[in-house]
Amino acid sequence: MKIGFLINPVAGMGGKVALKGTDGEDILRRAIELGAVPAANSRAEIALALFREAASDHRFYAPAGEMGGKLLSENGLKPEIVFDPAEKTTADDTKRAVSLMLEAGVEAIVFAGGDGTARDVCSVAGEKIPVIGIPAGVKIHSAVYAKRPKDAGMLVKNLLQGKVKRYVLAEVMDLDEDAFRNNAVRAELYGYMKVPDDREFMQDRKSGSSGSDTNETLDIAAFTVNGMIEDEIYLIGSGSTTNAIFQTLGKEGTLLGVDAVVNRELAGKDLMESEIKKLLLDHPKEKRHLVITVIGGQGHIFGRGNQQLSPDVIRMIPRENIMIIANSSKMSALFGKTLIADTGDPELDEELKGYFPVVTGFGKKIMAKVG
Amino acid sequence: MNGLTRMKKFHQARWNEPIIYELSEPGQRGVLVPGPCCECASKEEILETLPEHMVRKDLANLPEIAQLQLVRHYNHLSQENLGVDGNIDIGQGTCTMKYSPKVHERLAGSPKMLHMHPLQPAKTAQGVLEIMYKTGELFKAISGLDVFSVQPGGGSHGVLALASVVRAYWRDKGEEQKRDEIITTLFSHPADAAVPIVKGYKVTIIQPDSEGYPDIEAFKAALSDRTAAIFFTNPEDTGIFNVRIKEFTKLAHEKGVLCCYDQANANGLLGITRTAEADFDMSFFNLHKTFSAPHGCGGPATGMVAARKELRPYMPVPLVEYCPEKGYYLDFDLPKSCGKIKSFWGVIPVVLKAYSWIMTLGADGLREVSRVAILNNNYCMKKILAIKGASMSFPNHPSRIEQVRYSWEKLKKDTGFGTADVQRCIADFGTHYWSSHEPFVIPEPFTIEPSESYSKKDIDDYCAVLEEISRMCYEEPEAVEHAPSNSTVHHIDHDYFDDPAKYSITWRSYNRKYKGYFEPK
Repeated sequence: MKIGFLINPVAGMGGKVALKGTDGEDILRRAIELGAVPAANSRAEIALALFREAASDHRFYAPAGEMGGKLLSENGLKPEIVFDPAEKTTADDTKRAVSLMLEAGVEAIVFAGGDGTARDVCSVAGEKIPVIGIPAGVKIHSAVYAKRPKDAGMLVKNLLQGKVKRYVLAEVMDLDEDAFRNNAVRAELYGYMKVPDDREFMQDRKSGSSGSDTNETLDIAAFTVNGMIEDEIYLIGSGSTTNAIFQTLGKEGTLLGVDAVVNRELAGKDLMESEIKKLLLDHPKEKRHLVITVIGGQGHIFGRGNQQLSPDVIRMIPRENIMIIANSSKMSALFGKTLIADTGDPELDEELKGYFPVVTGFGKKIMAKVG
Repeated sequence: MNGLTRMKKFHQARWNEPIIYELSEPGQRGVLVPGPCCECASKEEILETLPEHMVRKDLANLPEIAQLQLVRHYNHLSQENLGVDGNIDIGQGTCTMKYSPKVHERLAGSPKMLHMHPLQPAKTAQGVLEIMYKTGELFKAISGLDVFSVQPGGGSHGVLALASVVRAYWRDKGEEQKRDEIITTLFSHPADAAVPIVKGYKVTIIQPDSEGYPDIEAFKAALSDRTAAIFFTNPEDTGIFNVRIKEFTKLAHEKGVLCCYDQANANGLLGITRTAEADFDMSFFNLHKTFSAPHGCGGPATGMVAARKELRPYMPVPLVEYCPEKGYYLDFDLPKSCGKIKSFWGVIPVVLKAYSWIMTLGADGLREVSRVAILNNNYCMKKILAIKGASMSFPNHPSRIEQVRYSWEKLKKDTGFGTADVQRCIADFGTHYWSSHEPFVIPEPFTIEPSESYSKKDIDDYCAVLEEISRMCYEEPEAVEHAPSNSTVHHIDHDYFDDPAKYSITWRSYNRKYKGYFEPK
């Protein structure tokens, strides 16, 4: 197997600055636990120790030096060097490395970094090949990362031994820097990457599980499609949960965008706000539906990755026709918290407060409070 | 020598025992099946009387094995086992593991029971019918309800029976299509959410508030004229009894909604509170749980349905009735019935055992069972909460009924070891421990239910094991990492349990899914 291996050596730098003033914010707790000092190389080493033995029969591709080549060589793996970066590495080096790895035909990429690194990898690799993220940054909002470096190591080992059987799309999130400067924590959805479907290593597995997220997402999609009423319009998006609806319909949906469906056919793809409004006006209010999901670890239903759904658009749809769908594991992770509507219009946010049923399976809903 | 020292010397038996089919040798026989008795016709003549479609064309796929090899096989398996009769089984919370009196096996194994046939005429089955009928009479006092059926073969089957009665009721009222939703709570048994979906219902789950009670505002938001019924477990799987339960049934009844009470685990309620007092219309009780019959490893068991007399027309058929002229009889004359839930009458040996248990204890004895179960649980809770790293769900709600859902969240934070690690370790002490079923919202959960059967010493010994494992997590992490050392199975790949394409619970499905899988490629 050809594996790309990449370390963002500056991941974790600036951690202290980033944490300043946001102490106690729930969102950063995990980053603190992971350590706010630059430690990408040592974290990657923890992971490497676990898959080193399984790695011998495989070929590794890495940038030279601190970006991965050095660590692999020190551990007796002779990587193919894709390029030699300057001493001070940047985001462009990450992108360049991924692109050269893809050219070399790697089948998976293992990378160590934070949310910024995940964004850079995603911008080039997208959903083309599976990735495994070793958490090494301060900001870890992206679901593409394993829980801990050693979990990442176990995942890579499983991958190398051919034990990974299923993949699932995981969110790439990063903090909105403008909002961050104003002392608000605001993670944006930037895309999805393909990761092993393994709850044990990818999430804090509480105990047992009731099947894979992939199967559950398809259950939810089947239930949604099953309930679609003739001649009514369904706005769908964005996110991987809502996108599964298109898989069920046998259509190509937009992963990071809003599509429209009428009579189980695509009525509009990757729509802008103005296009959405125009489409909605063709249907009486009670025949307009909106299918959205819960984005990220904070429980946003509006205002993250679906800004096309402007306050005007949301007001055009009856509240009871807003259908929220989400995996039960996501709802479990949000246990005890409220969902958040951040539409940009405080008045509308206020109106959206209260209870919504969230579809978590075929015929199964959970009452969730928007606070 | 205390219990802990004793348990540390435990070692699980390991036989690497093949599956019975793999032991099969063509031509081996364990029993010689007798031919037809002398006054009957020959085998061929009997076969001729059967309709052609009922006569097998090929031999049944049964293992062929002699008696000694068979006895050895099952003895090996029994040694590789844990259970109430072999260890302190308080770690299987929500399941009410209690002692099943051995005398009941004698009763259930007597020829009077063994030789019954479900199709023999009622007038020749008066004794069994009397037991079924009188068990119902006893439950009039236990539940405060009026009509009963012992047909369902287990707890989830009891939920299915309730959902079936709900459907029959709304069909009769002409609202079957409109009333298509069921409401349950997050900490009700997961079957209350899962099973009605099988009956075509949509199920809405209410989450708890910070005290652990179902959020009544969420309940109000979920209730509508589409709601067919509510399915509530009480006490919930957290061990918290919902003291506001009547507010929920009142709101539901105002919308005409049927109220179904999951009393599968009523072990902390006997003689203290009843279904009728909580204003529920129907409930079911697990006779194999609270009422002492063995669980039978997922059946055969009994989820006994109880309902108000107004719901009698919708109950499963037949109902067991009595009148002086006919004696005990089976009443099939329920045209609006939800139909049959199970073949024949139900799992009668389980009913017999529960009947015997209730009759042995009497009303005072039942009350004593619940009082001791609650006392045991609260004693055990105090001991567990004193263990380093342990805490409980919803600490704002300090009292619990018959079980507690605990958490190793702190242990995990301090040591990196969580509930799965404790579960691995505990096998070294000759006992076992269960974490939680859905919902997976309590971090690193474990659920302990010391029913009335266990002595103070049993509880002390079990808590000492948990304390020892906690100490190991803090002080001897390497020992924990390598545990279990005295068991036979070490680290299990959970992937197989989670994947419908991989798990198999029968030989037939195993063959289908794994034929050739383990052979060299």
